[in-house]
Amino acid sequence: METIIIQSFVSMAIMGLVFGAGLAIASKYFYLEKDPREEQIIEALPGANCGACGYPGCSGYASGIVKDGLPVNACIPGGPAVAEKIAKIMGTVAEEKIAQIAFVRCQGGKEEAISFANYDGYYDCRAVFAIAEGGKGCIYGCLGFGTCTEVCPFDAIKMNDNRLPVVNEEKCTGCGKCVSACPRSIITLVPRSKIVFIPCVNKQQGAVVKKICSLGCIACGLCAKKCPVNAIEMVNNYPVINEEKCISCGYCATVCPVKLIIDRKAPRKTYIIDEEKCIGCTICKKNCPVEAISGETKQKHVIDAKKCISCGICAEKCPKDAISMQK
Amino acid sequence: MDFGKLIVISIGAVFINNYIFSRFLGICPFVGVSKKLDSATGMGFAVIFVMSLASAVCYALNTYLLVPLKLEFLQTLLFILVIAALVQFVEMVIAKISPSLYTALGIYLPLITTNCAVLGVAVLNVNEKFTFIESLVNGFMGGIGFTMALLLMSGLRERYETADIPKPFQGFPITFVTAASMGLAFMGFAGLSF
Repeated sequence: METIIIQSFVSMAIMGLVFGAGLAIASKYFYLEKDPREEQIIEALPGANCGACGYPGCSGYASGIVKDGLPVNACIPGGPAVAEKIAKIMGTVAEEKIAQIAFVRCQGGKEEAISFANYDGYYDCRAVFAIAEGGKGCIYGCLGFGTCTEVCPFDAIKMNDNRLPVVNEEKCTGCGKCVSACPRSIITLVPRSKIVFIPCVNKQQGAVVKKICSLGCIACGLCAKKCPVNAIEMVNNYPVINEEKCISCGYCATVCPVKLIIDRKAPRKTYIIDEEKCIGCTICKKNCPVEAISGETKQKHVIDAKKCISCGICAEKCPKDAISMQK
Repeated sequence: MDFGKLIVISIGAVFINNYIFSRFLGICPFVGVSKKLDSATGMGFAVIFVMSLASAVCYALNTYLLVPLKLEFLQTLLFILVIAALVQFVEMVIAKISPSLYTALGIYLPLITTNCAVLGVAVLNVNEKFTFIESLVNGFMGGIGFTMALLLMSGLRERYETADIPKPFQGFPITFVTAASMGLAFMGFAGLSF
């Protein structure tokens, strides 16, 4: 009896020792050198594994930085703060990346847009899109089944009562998951600093749009005609803003007959010049896109309230801070 | 060598005594890793690999160590120790020699360190009194059967993603119901047993 106990105990102990020693030796022999910076970078990253950097997860990006020398600012959710941390670990300087935000290019919820059929099935935009395109009158608009809200890793996009997705600007990191999930490609990424938006992608004739949606672009082209800097061009019944030319004056938003165009600075009021501060440098006059400012050199300038489109460029350019918005 | 017996063992390990559907071993990875087809494939190949290796090594240890010392009752203990150490060792070797294979097998290798299906193969080989080649074939084919079950299940579960399943059944409940029906279906193969 005792011999069995002793035998089994000893043999197991020996086996354990052999395997343990074997593994210890093997781990030395097969030692893989790992860059300690990789671990530090993984810690610095947000850990959301959103894939916005284009690599599978945060660890994939971290090893990419260390091994392939990827740019340190590719992490969109982390933003400049994380880029700076990684730059410190890698000993480089982080270049600034323009912060972006998701923007939904449709305003036609269930109140504005007409539906000709009801969909009763699996609740997912992609499924709806694959079957009958959802039964909405508009073939470009938001399907309203909230797939974008489900794919958002940051809980930054929610459906409102009107069945339209609303982006929470504070939470949105601009990772672009919703952009690729939307079967109708309605959501895009825009710079956070952008002020004027056209939230519609309908490319149909105005008469058709009018029948199916009360908040759709009717392709009247008024915005393109009235734009003081000719930044808007009508392409295939749809206005396209040339970002390089656009001065964010918001004038297109005021002329749009369906009140579709969004101006984040609205409501705007005309500007006035403080006569005491004005030194007559003519900078504002030169920069006004609609020639609403009159006045000779070294004389007080005046803004014509009828011509002024409240773009605010003169206020930005004035060296003496003499121009301000009317109260 | 008796090839007829090897074929009998192969068919037995894949269909008649499928490790998942009729022996009910390795249910944990079967339910856990069958959500997506590609992860199921990775897991399947890792299991085939480890099962073949484990049956070979466990057979050798059992025949040349436990039987001469008359310590057969230590089988389970020793096999667990061997499989765990083996998987760790193999993982290290693969990471060093073939990084691409290492990333392909990925996290699945350490996951099956203490998988009961792997231990089951080793113990069954001894119980059935298989020779070395027979043990090896049984282990390899057991792995194939496991992979087949995993792939079948993951194919079905990918379809569940878009199916209209009643709320109380969503997720694991419907998976278990499916696994049970598949087990019943596999009982049909019992008629094949020689």
